Amino acid sequence: MPADSLFIQLPTDSPCVMIEFEGQPLAVPSGISVAAALLASGIRQTRRTAVSGAPRAPYCMMGVCFECLVEVNGVPNCQACMVTVSDGLKVRRQQGARALNALAEEGAHDGI
Amino acid sequence: MHKTQTTVIGGGLLGMATAYGLARLGQKVCVLDEGDTAFRASRGNFGLLWVQGKGYGMAPYARWTRQAVALWPELASLLLAETGIDVQLRQSGGFQLCLSEAELAEEVRRLQWLKDELGDYPFEVLRNAQLSQRLPGVGPAVVGACYSPMDGDVNPLKLLRALHQACQLQGVHLLSGDKVMGIEAGDNGFVVTAGEQQVRSEQLVLAAGLGNRELGAHLGHAIPLQPSRGQILVTERVEPFLSHPTSTVRQTDEGTVQLGDSAESVGFDDGTSTAVMADIADRAVRSFPRLGNVRLVRAWGALRVLTPDGFPIYQSLSKAPGAYLLSCHSGVTLAAIHALRLAPWIAGKIALPEVAAFALDRFNFAPEVRHAG
Ligand SMILES: Cc1cc2nc3c(=O)[nH]c(=O)nc-3n(C[C@H](O)[C@H](O)[C@H](O)COP(=O)(O)OP(=O)(O)OC[C@H]3O[C@@H](n4cnc5c(N)ncnc54)[C@H](O)[C@@H]3O)c2cc1C
Ligand code: FES
Repeated sequence: MPADSLFIQLPTDSPCVMIEFEGQPLAVPSGISVAAALLASGIRQTRRTAVSGAPRAPYCMMGVCFECLVEVNGVPNCQACMVTVSDGLKVRRQQGARALNALAEEGAHDGI
Repeated sequence: MHKTQTTVIGGGLLGMATAYGLARLGQKVCVLDEGDTAFRASRGNFGLLWVQGKGYGMAPYARWTRQAVALWPELASLLLAETGIDVQLRQSGGFQLCLSEAELAEEVRRLQWLKDELGDYPFEVLRNAQLSQRLPGVGPAVVGACYSPMDGDVNPLKLLRALHQACQLQGVHLLSGDKVMGIEAGDNGFVVTAGEQQVRSEQLVLAAGLGNRELGAHLGHAIPLQPSRGQILVTERVEPFLSHPTSTVRQTDEGTVQLGDSAESVGFDDGTSTAVMADIADRAVRSFPRLGNVRLVRAWGALRVLTPDGFPIYQSLSKAPGAYLLSCHSGVTLAAIHALRLAPWIAGKIALPEVAAFALDRFNFAPEVRHAG
């Protein structure tokens, strides 16, 4: 999955945590956002848009543009730049619009 | 000084629809629009083409609204052909969801009044069980609904953009960013001043939303307009789940869901308030429980342009021959009739006896105040 990253990871003392992207394990520094972790790992596409299906990746990195939407631990449409990585976090691409029923019974938004 | 045949003040839905209609008839038109600091209902509305209930207490407005939606397919296809913009016209019929017996009874009473006045006025009253089959996903809190095949919706921002683009393609001159501060009426027409710009024209159309109060005063006319604030919430994009618009919950062509329909008298404050947003969200979730865990991504307030009786004003101004005053709520619903009938009337191309019902002088006799949805 990881390819050459366009970003250079500055030296850091932070310990690594393990997250998963589309089922592949990634070792990333703790304390950074999911969006930063994905970009630093060389991932070029993190979602497809709901309107045209175009591939997209994180852009503003500050919660404004909604380009970084991913599924985090089964919760759709999470802004990857607003979620901090933690051990075991499972991230998937947001493929278009989310389904409405997916979470109806669980009310699973609270965890994020 | 810029010279033109007709100056339109206001670049919202009413001004642009009128400018487009005039330009299609071959007129030279210049539109002056104040810009982002003005109150602009056309950028904050709900996008409904709503007929049911409109014109309760004033049958001519009910007829006008029906005529407007009948013209909508023509406007949508003109805009598509000229600009390539699909404004997402959907005339599928719409539902007014009622969350109590009292709400339903009141709605039915109004629609029955309209049916008695107009004769042909199609609507159905559905109880929850029938409604659930027609509109899957409605919650048990919805007592019933009125359905009317006359209702529909569009994407109102695409509409505004399409009108702007179509106007420019038709040669309309658009000057934006300056507020009109002065109007001089003389024997040779009008001179309008906005910032450094001056425009001279034979005809003048005031279509400046709430700004019409001030502009009317320049020409010696008191224009009774008041703001009424509506707040709107918008959700994240979800897969299509709602096949028809309702008056409080509407899924847009791009997947977001708009929730709204509040009305407050708070003067010229177009902000939002927690209590009203909570009410809107609560009503939406009771209407469609599946919305319960959908994220909200945006909220805003916008000011309706309301006359004392809630109906439009279309008036050729007696103290300034050649000047027309246009004000309306429901400028989305009425966009097609403004472009395709009102503009030809202003251009002197057609007689339009219907507009007599929307004269300014009706307020000298009936200063009744009510909200007209
Ligand atoms: C919350 C809300 C929901 C709504 N929902 C619906 C709906 O579902 N369906 C529907 O049909 N209608 C709806 N409406 C109503 C609809 O939005 C309005 O009727 C319509 O936008 C009015 O258009 P307008 O051009 O008259 O006014 P505006 O959009 O207010 O435009 C007036 C323009 O005039 C300009 N202006 C003002 N003063 C001056 C000046 N002195 N000089 C130069 N320019 C000036 C401003 O810049 C502005 O662009 C809603 C309105 C609101 C607020
Ligand atoms: S990158 Fe813009 S909102 Fe996350």
